[in-house]
Amino acid sequence: MRILVCVKRVPAPGAHITLTADRAAIDTKNLGFTTSPHEECAVEEAIRLVDIHGGEATVMTLGPAEADEQLRYAVSVGIVKAVHVTHPSLTGEADWDPQATARALAEVISRIEAADGVFDLILFGNESADAGGFQVGVRVAHTLGRPVVNGIKAIDVGDSPGERTVTAKRESASGFEVYSLALPAVLGVKEGLNLPRYPTLPGRLKSKRAEVAIHTIEPVPGGLLTEHFANAADPVVNTTVLGSGSAAAPAIVDLIERLGLL
Amino acid sequence: MNNDFPTTAKVIVIGAGIVGNGVVGHLAQLGWRNIVQVDKGPLPNPGGSTGHASNFIFPVDHNREMAALNLDSQRQYIEMGVNTECGGIEIARTPQRMEELRRRMVSAKNWGIPARLVTPAEIKEMVPFINTEILLGGFYTPSVSVVDSLRAGTIFREQAQALGALQTFANVEVSDIEVTDGRVTAVVTDHGRVEADHVVICVGVWAPKLAAMAGTQIPLTPAVHQMIDVGPIQVLEESGKELGFPIIRDMDTFCYERQSAGSMEVGSYAHRPIFIAAEEIPSIKESRLSPTELPITMDDFDPQLEQALELMPEILGTAEIKYAINGLLSLTPDGFPLIGEVPDVRGLWSACAIWIKEGPGAARMLAEWMTHGQPEVDPHHSDIARFYPYARNDSHVRARCAEHYQKTYGIIHPREQWASERGVRTAPYHDRTEALGAVYFLAGGMERPHWYESNAGLVDTFGVQDRPHEWDRRWWSPIIDAEHLAMKDSVGMVDLAPFVVFEFSGAGTVDYLQRLAVNNVDVAVGKSIYTPLLDVNGGFRTDLTMLRLGETTYRVMTGAFDGPRDAFWFRKHLPGDGSVHFQDLTSAYVTIGLWGPNARSVMETLTASDVSNEGFLYGTTQEVLFGSIPVRLFRISYVGELGWEIYALTENARAVWDKVASAGQAFGMVPVGAGVYGTTGRLEKGYRLMGSELDGEYTVVEAGLARPKVKAADFSGKQAYLAHRAEEPAATLCSLTVEDHLSRRDGINRYMVGGETITTLDGDRIVDRKGRVSVVTTAGSGPSVGKFLLLAYLPPDHAIVGTDLQVYYMDEYYPVKVVVAGATPLYDPTDARMKS
Amino acid sequence: MNSVRPGEIRTGEVMAIVEHDRGVTADVTYQALGLARSLLAAGVGSSITAVLIGAEADGLAADFCVYGATAIVQVHHAELKDYAPEAWGEAISGLVASRRPVAVVAIGTDRGNEVLAYASARLDVAFAANVIEITAVGEASVSLTRLRWGGSLLEQSRLIGSTYILSGAAHAFDGEPSPDHVGATPTTEIVDATLSGNAARTRIVDRVTLAAGITLTTAPVVVSGGRGVGSADGFSPLQELAELLGGAVGCSRVVTNNGWRPHSDQVGQTGKRVAPELYIACGISGAIQHWVGMMASKHVLAINTDGDANMVGKAEYAVIGDLHEILPAVIEEIRKRRGQPAPPSV
Repeated sequence: MRILVCVKRVPAPGAHITLTADRAAIDTKNLGFTTSPHEECAVEEAIRLVDIHGGEATVMTLGPAEADEQLRYAVSVGIVKAVHVTHPSLTGEADWDPQATARALAEVISRIEAADGVFDLILFGNESADAGGFQVGVRVAHTLGRPVVNGIKAIDVGDSPGERTVTAKRESASGFEVYSLALPAVLGVKEGLNLPRYPTLPGRLKSKRAEVAIHTIEPVPGGLLTEHFANAADPVVNTTVLGSGSAAAPAIVDLIERLGLL
Repeated sequence: MNNDFPTTAKVIVIGAGIVGNGVVGHLAQLGWRNIVQVDKGPLPNPGGSTGHASNFIFPVDHNREMAALNLDSQRQYIEMGVNTECGGIEIARTPQRMEELRRRMVSAKNWGIPARLVTPAEIKEMVPFINTEILLGGFYTPSVSVVDSLRAGTIFREQAQALGALQTFANVEVSDIEVTDGRVTAVVTDHGRVEADHVVICVGVWAPKLAAMAGTQIPLTPAVHQMIDVGPIQVLEESGKELGFPIIRDMDTFCYERQSAGSMEVGSYAHRPIFIAAEEIPSIKESRLSPTELPITMDDFDPQLEQALELMPEILGTAEIKYAINGLLSLTPDGFPLIGEVPDVRGLWSACAIWIKEGPGAARMLAEWMTHGQPEVDPHHSDIARFYPYARNDSHVRARCAEHYQKTYGIIHPREQWASERGVRTAPYHDRTEALGAVYFLAGGMERPHWYESNAGLVDTFGVQDRPHEWDRRWWSPIIDAEHLAMKDSVGMVDLAPFVVFEFSGAGTVDYLQRLAVNNVDVAVGKSIYTPLLDVNGGFRTDLTMLRLGETTYRVMTGAFDGPRDAFWFRKHLPGDGSVHFQDLTSAYVTIGLWGPNARSVMETLTASDVSNEGFLYGTTQEVLFGSIPVRLFRISYVGELGWEIYALTENARAVWDKVASAGQAFGMVPVGAGVYGTTGRLEKGYRLMGSELDGEYTVVEAGLARPKVKAADFSGKQAYLAHRAEEPAATLCSLTVEDHLSRRDGINRYMVGGETITTLDGDRIVDRKGRVSVVTTAGSGPSVGKFLLLAYLPPDHAIVGTDLQVYYMDEYYPVKVVVAGATPLYDPTDARMKS
Repeated sequence: MNSVRPGEIRTGEVMAIVEHDRGVTADVTYQALGLARSLLAAGVGSSITAVLIGAEADGLAADFCVYGATAIVQVHHAELKDYAPEAWGEAISGLVASRRPVAVVAIGTDRGNEVLAYASARLDVAFAANVIEITAVGEASVSLTRLRWGGSLLEQSRLIGSTYILSGAAHAFDGEPSPDHVGATPTTEIVDATLSGNAARTRIVDRVTLAAGITLTTAPVVVSGGRGVGSADGFSPLQELAELLGGAVGCSRVVTNNGWRPHSDQVGQTGKRVAPELYIACGISGAIQHWVGMMASKHVLAINTDGDANMVGKAEYAVIGDLHEILPAVIEEIRKRRGQPAPPSV
């Protein structure tokens, strides 16, 4: 199988997000970065599927130079090939809008597929942890003319002779919905799909030597322009301390009773 | 959550990490009440270095003070039931490291810590998953342990609270420290203002920020120390224990590996120094983990990954990196903690840059200091007052910390000199000494010639022996011994510019100095006083020389290393009525020594004044002219020869140097370095050095410096001193000679460097009745007496001339003999040469 | 990109996509109409059309008059039976092409975001997800506030397009009937969609119903654990308490990353959003990704050893101490008050 995973470099914040003075960006001075959580599971899934079905997995990102870190992290847990889609205007935390992102990714994917063959499966995160646009995977799939479904929490690739299909499950109010897509297909996955592994020491060392293919793409801006940010208002709460230790148990049960939950 | 925030307190302790908690615990036990403790973070883990520290104790340290703090801390952790012994092995990949491990055997023996050298096979038995093929051996300390520092902190607080002594407020951030007339008066927080007599800063990496609030400096820098957690590892999980295997310190790679239940924690001190300003440490809310657990810069750790894999290939090959941080800890310019009263703010105390392994001990040290005026363990190295003003700024701190960070597990020679921050303080005639091939060591941060390469020819002239082993001859030269002999043969001139000079004047001066000094200061004008100054326990606070220049004018000279601490002591005791005026004139003067049998002859050509023995008595001082240049002469000698210290104003210094050098030519005078002045000269005369033989833990009597009578006037430490005189001394400072230098192992002669154990002929260390161990305080050549000399305190049954003992050096025993018990000089015992 | 050219005519229609599953609405469905009303109030559009996709939804038509819709469009096609994301998206884009509405809105559920993403991809126009406020209207753009980081950060953006496609964040807009519109009768129209052959390629082929019972998203009480619980076994008292109160067990991301609980128990930005009557947070520090998952809870009780953990500061009630001591005591107290004997200890 040829599998492609598209990931995004996002900050790993604590309990509070600090903005830069002009509110145009997040202050990332003391923040670490990570792959967006849904996509970490996508990376893990790609490795799992290649383990089962053979083939090769590639990781791709559209991001600044620093996003190389996330590509190599994916290599350190077992992805074999890495592709970095970038542009000089992508510095620091600057994001492209979803249309521009999808257009650039689709362009590079087409180039790669023209050279090396179609990706049977392309995995995206359902949405990125930071921007939460919920659309890049769908747009890319549309451009490539492939079926796509989001919110996936379980993937099974069939090996039936003739047409190959992927069975994808997602949660519904009462359980699961099961979709069946013919390959090549695109899936937007959610955390919970699997439990991602961490890199091993040899994996980390290997990732430093990996070759990353770099593609520079001109941005074509879309119609959603980010102007600035604001912190969501912290709730002003006067916390009532019911007590300390197990001695507070009666007070806790009083509360439960008051709320009609006893 | 923080109701009833107080407005006054006896003492405010800022910080609730292991140090802050230890401080409130010990203060309470020492009787302090109305203690208020605040921390800007939550309890039990406010998010400082304590919260993520690896929490292990390797008790062996070459330094006595640090070893004492380690052992005291470990005892306290054991008492609290939070100490888990697991053992530790420091492993060697290189021959140099093996030698260092042998050196650690000596320190282990010194402090009575069980330890032994182990072979690769023995290491394999204890830690089966280690690749012993790359190892030469190891140093195993069974008492290495891991502690629960958070639990210990909680217990400290609970103990203090049980005594009704303590209120602790979490989530309270200090915004200002109020100082009035050089005294701390209050702390301002986001919950209110609290007035207090004492404020203690125990905030670790945030200390520079707090110090700035009080208008002062606490010279540390927050620095990164990387650590990762790798797991799961089956063999570790199967041990069923948090720590089923000894902790490994891979010294040559500057890493440690310690088990943490099913994972292996790997820590590194090998990466480039990464510093962050205290103001830039993120807040708790901004941090994903905690303010001192920053995201890792993995590139910096990668070389250590390779080395860790090489060391433990089976288990680390498949385990996953689950946790990785750039952890923050505090570094100081010289690597020692910052404890004590902050020099320029009365009532403001510091207990910072302290590791888990010495936390409770450092806390006790500070609490005793605050209570009694002096801690039980001599705080010479940790005293925050030890820094010269130039050394307290961020630039200096970072330069030195960058240099020593990667030596955290390094092999540091006792005489090793800094490479950074050189040429910052130089004598006015520096180019003169440079042209003479001076090899400079730092004294108080000042460049001081230790020996001169221009004297290289003297080595053959005097037939000086070299030292065959690289370690013994490191930071040393046979030229030193040659200079020593040349000076004693004719005359030498010595650059002593780093001396620290104070001047006291005013109506209250005599009383003031009399109250501080052991010996009588009320001598005739023009006479000198050598005297110890004691702390409340009767231990040495310092020793120095005073010159009475006038009825109420005294000049005091003290050594470069003790200058700042001595300045603090003098300032602290100044009377409040302004009757004594204190000036630090260090930068106003240089000192040049002129000594040797021909010193008078040289001096006679320099000045018209009467410098005969009768005209210029030993131990007196006079102002004279060298041509038209006024200088002050003091007839004294730390090298045991006839001669003077010459004090010149800095603007005259070059001219004076040239005059003296020129005058000495006719006598074949040579420049002589501090190798002679500080070691060989004084060793032969048995002259004690503050910080080596003299410190807070030994008495005047034991050091052999007690005079026949005690002056009637009261002075600091008098009661203790009288008690010491009344009792049988528990130890006596002795001079010993090394009788045979041949190493059986190496087949060459070995020469001690200081810090070695003196043992019985059975190889046991010698402990006096006060629990102090006989350790070599100074080691060096005695070129004139033709012997290699050691100074060490010995208890009465060994302090007998002629006694045969051993010195334990690099894990071998060498025979030594007591040649002097007490202060009698070995060379020229009647001081005839000096007093001629 | 199709941007509005001056003089180009768009209708004043704001189309609100009605979310339903085989004819059954979701609890947030009517909020789409609230969002549509907000657009009108801000000066975008002049009428609201409710869009029902698939014949199964026909029966819902009667409801919409009270929500401000003056027109109802029922889109029919064989491929629109049951939920089929591409088919729905194609149906919407077809409506946009033919009717040229000024805006198309839905609520930002999985399905809502998904079908609007399809539609906007087909139309090659921008799509703004999880909007919480319309702040200004320009000649060719709409300024709005949308959510980042699941709700911890607000993004001020401008949306430009020939049609404004946006989804509203759940519970940010009013899902109640509009008082101004009671009694009006909307026009109804049936549109037969023209769908390409691809419409069929992503459809539900099966449904798996899990045992009915208390789920995390519907439980009145959630007993949730974080790093402070310490281990998988450590969750026993949480489980016991949840069972006693007819609630469910939740957890933070740290817990699922450590493998102590399955991901389905995770409350947070990448887990579930819950809004129980009472959320009991045990040993949870309160990182923003967790907070956004439970901040809609009616009442929050935090149990933590750290008196000033973020979660404690944001909670209505707090108890400081070790959850492993406190929960068993609470369980015992509950049994006592109910007159139940404690089960024999294992």
